[in-house]
Amino acid sequence: MKRFIARHVVDLPKSGIRDFFEIVAKMQDVISLGIGEPDFDTPWHIREAAIYALEKGKTHYTSNLGLIELRRAISKYVEQNYDVAYRPEDEVIVTVGVSEAIDLALRALVNPGDAVLYHQPCYVSYHPSVTLAHGIAIPVDTRAEDGFALNVEDVARAWRPGCKVLMMNLPCNPTGGTCDRERLEKIARFAVEKDLIVLSDEIYSELVYDGVHTSITVFPGMQERTIFLHGFSKAFAMTGFRIGYACGPAELVEAMMKVHQYSMLCAPILAQEAAIEALLRGSDAMKAMREQYHRRRDLVVRRFNGAGLKCHLPGGAFYAFPSVAGTGLSERDFAYGLLAAEKVAVVPGTAFGPGGMGFVRASFATGYESLIEACDRVDRYVQGLAKS
Amino acid sequence: MNPVLKLLIEGGHLTSAQMAQVVGLTEAEVDDHLEQLKKEKVFLGWRPVLDLSRESSAAVRAVIEVKITPERGGGFNRLADRLSRFAEVESCYLMSGSYDLLIFVTGPSLQKVAGFVSEKLSTLEGVLSTSTHFMLRSYKEGGYLIDSHPEASGRLKVAP
Repeated sequence: MKRFIARHVVDLPKSGIRDFFEIVAKMQDVISLGIGEPDFDTPWHIREAAIYALEKGKTHYTSNLGLIELRRAISKYVEQNYDVAYRPEDEVIVTVGVSEAIDLALRALVNPGDAVLYHQPCYVSYHPSVTLAHGIAIPVDTRAEDGFALNVEDVARAWRPGCKVLMMNLPCNPTGGTCDRERLEKIARFAVEKDLIVLSDEIYSELVYDGVHTSITVFPGMQERTIFLHGFSKAFAMTGFRIGYACGPAELVEAMMKVHQYSMLCAPILAQEAAIEALLRGSDAMKAMREQYHRRRDLVVRRFNGAGLKCHLPGGAFYAFPSVAGTGLSERDFAYGLLAAEKVAVVPGTAFGPGGMGFVRASFATGYESLIEACDRVDRYVQGLAKS
Repeated sequence: MNPVLKLLIEGGHLTSAQMAQVVGLTEAEVDDHLEQLKKEKVFLGWRPVLDLSRESSAAVRAVIEVKITPERGGGFNRLADRLSRFAEVESCYLMSGSYDLLIFVTGPSLQKVAGFVSEKLSTLEGVLSTSTHFMLRSYKEGGYLIDSHPEASGRLKVAP
């Protein structure tokens, strides 16, 4: 059957997380720090809005771009929180998660052979998404010494003629890296200079713990060349709803819509109704969750450093990215060893790109008691390694 | 706000050692914060939230609306305080609306609760009238849903 499968799909590497997942799934009583979604259920009032919509018979297609009420709510939310104004009529498109928005943007922008810059370690889908759009993915390094922030020097070093798009994800999964205004401004100037389109995946942007998140869209010359991507999965714990959005110049949104109208037609109406509720009345619940993530972050980073695993303080998202170099083990051996010896699951950093070599990703989207227990077990495992 | 108070408000039941880890203090510092909250009468105590409905010794609970005469110089306070001291009274609140005090009462049987109302409560000077409602079934208790069919979390164990 393989001969029927498209070559570029055959060549897609298997997800680095998959193998690990297969093993963990078969084990009992594992404390998993390998989960990239909130442990919280969606706040009840948001779920209730979806249930109510269902009761009222909201079961039909919506406009391709999404319900106008949702687009208006998105436009208002983005203006209030990110300081950039988008017209709901033609500069906002509602998608099936940010994942679909990324796919739409790449398919709308990339000609075969166009190059797309992206910083790594990064979310598992970025490189494959570029490949699926027949583009060439060009990685940019980020480093622990900078807290995995993105530096313009590294972008410039990776850039070459033929680069069309710069993909950014700040705060970053898996590193928790964020960028201050100064760094972002330099990257913005570079993007303008090299006439790049920027795809800015800001899905974790509410979950920022020190200071305030800045979107690259606010800098001069950026709004007209940036596709701002955001959603509800992390801040409002709505991962399973599959709902997100893109905001950008009308012509780019129109191009994305052309793909979306044929591939998806529209995002699920129930998810859209729930999303409206989240934007209008979800901020208290979001802040309560953020406070918990903040405490958990401080706890986990302190414990890992205490155990001898050098771990930077992530500025956002809900992942710690400690180095296991001190143990003398590779990230894979460490992760598999920890799982076997102490039944704690962390994800080997190389699942997120070569820059993850020597690191593991530990999600702190888990309750306090489990986190404390997991940290005790990691500590015990590391001390055990030191003795042997 | 007192960092330990924030954790208490979240509602989980953590030991001092666990709280210490979460807020980045020593266990002794956490205990000091707790003592301070107790002194300020912000933290009144620990209570487990129980659903005893299926126990054979299941208690009977009632909600009683009480109308009382306010007193010169004390308003409702003196009488409300006196009522609150009965062991049967779990909670007592001053309410706006058509009655004055709302009292939650627990007793081993319907007769015992009715007896408390008629002998101890209604006879107090200043109590004008009472209206007793017996609880039939609890759906949610102290923030916990009483769910006879809890669903196991469907979260994948590893996800990107």
